[in-house]
Amino acid sequence: MTEPDASGPERPTYRQVRVVLPAHLKMLANVTGEVRLPVPEPVTQDAVLTAVEQRYPMLLGTIRDRHTRKRRAFIRFYACEMDLSNEPSDAPLPEAVVRGVEPYIVLGAMAGG
Amino acid sequence: MTSVRVLVGTRKGAFILTSDGSRKDWTIDGPHFGGWQVYHLAGSPADPNRIYAAPSIDWSGQVIQRSDDGGKTWTTVGNDFAYATPTTDHLDYDGTPRSWEFKRIWHLEPSRTDPDTVYAGAEDAALFVTKDGGQTWTELPALRQHPTGSMWQPGAGGLCLHTIILDAANPDRIFVAISAAGAFRSDDGGASWVAINKGLRSREIPDEDAEAGHCVHRLAQHPERPEVIYMQKHWDVMRTDDAGGQWREVSGNLPSDFGFPIAVHAHEPETIYVVPITSDMMHYPPEGKLRVYRSRTGGDEWEPLTTGLPQSHCYVNVLRDAMAVDTLDECGIYFGTTGGHVFCSPDGGDTWTAIVRDLPPVLSVEVQTLP
Repeated sequence: MTEPDASGPERPTYRQVRVVLPAHLKMLANVTGEVRLPVPEPVTQDAVLTAVEQRYPMLLGTIRDRHTRKRRAFIRFYACEMDLSNEPSDAPLPEAVVRGVEPYIVLGAMAGG
Repeated sequence: MTSVRVLVGTRKGAFILTSDGSRKDWTIDGPHFGGWQVYHLAGSPADPNRIYAAPSIDWSGQVIQRSDDGGKTWTTVGNDFAYATPTTDHLDYDGTPRSWEFKRIWHLEPSRTDPDTVYAGAEDAALFVTKDGGQTWTELPALRQHPTGSMWQPGAGGLCLHTIILDAANPDRIFVAISAAGAFRSDDGGASWVAINKGLRSREIPDEDAEAGHCVHRLAQHPERPEVIYMQKHWDVMRTDDAGGQWREVSGNLPSDFGFPIAVHAHEPETIYVVPITSDMMHYPPEGKLRVYRSRTGGDEWEPLTTGLPQSHCYVNVLRDAMAVDTLDECGIYFGTTGGHVFCSPDGGDTWTAIVRDLPPVLSVEVQTLP
């Protein structure tokens, strides 16, 4: 965190996080490729998804329930070759994601056959 | 110059088909929202360039899109369809109680007078309304609070509110239909509802003439005869002449009275159209012949319309929201198939041509007649 200054509360430090969205949400958000977002520390899944929803409000409710913030059943979260879908959403993300080395990946569960 | 714009919702996106009044040459635009299933699109009668669409996808649920330029560009609007109040459960397929849960929007019905007001029919069956152009949606909960609500049970397609008719003569009157609950009418803008299922008989339910539980597939009304409502039920084509007080069967000589859509000619209130389907198990036309049936007598007496339609080895279905009419002097009839065709008849059903083939399965067809 940054040093608190004399005039107000402590301000968070923001990290640039890379986020990969699934194709159907890129279409909705009108973006191509991955997106980079400033996310306040501590960088958690909740913090990343909140940043995504603030930048792209049209995605509200499409990744997680807009009221409970629970992951939609057929959405998965990956990073650093790990499935984070069922990990606590307030746990810090891997350092490689925080430093922008690895992306945080949102994707649709495998469908079809 | 007069033109028509056909709004087509499919399993994998929306398409907009346009033509001049001759309805011979067509421009096909799309897919919009490619990959998303678009159960319905509808244009505002008060502002034809205002179009609403209801794309959904299993991964991410429902969104609502709005266009203010006739479908050229789209903006994502609100998708928070929160059920208004706790009510008793409804019944699941197996007859056990189940909580109400929003799944998707089946049908959008824009107000006749206000482009910002739209009604939306949902699965699980509920009626929502927006008065701010789709930004926020509010449930009209009295429908689910109907005394029969706790006994509503899904049909094969889900417990869906798929038909909304905003009465042409009475701005406070709304008709809705729900599979598999039946038809309901409000005479106070949705504040209260009555079941209008008297005269329906459904052998799929234990009490064939129960107050609710009927699998109504579609309702249609002509604006000049608002008391007359036509119904394609799971089985049986029905009509009422008193706004749902009593129904009578008008299936007549149809080769099958199972089907999904029903439509009324724009200028002839007693001319109606259905597409017979073999059965609830065999969702394809009898004998593999795709035939629209027309009655010029408000039912009972039907004639097959086949010119230009495939008459052999055709095993497509025509879904409940996939038939519509334009209001040109010579009324055009349109329908889409699960095989990806959209057919147009510019002469009231006498002859048909495919506007487009090989789209994804067509879920809905709406027509705007433009000045």
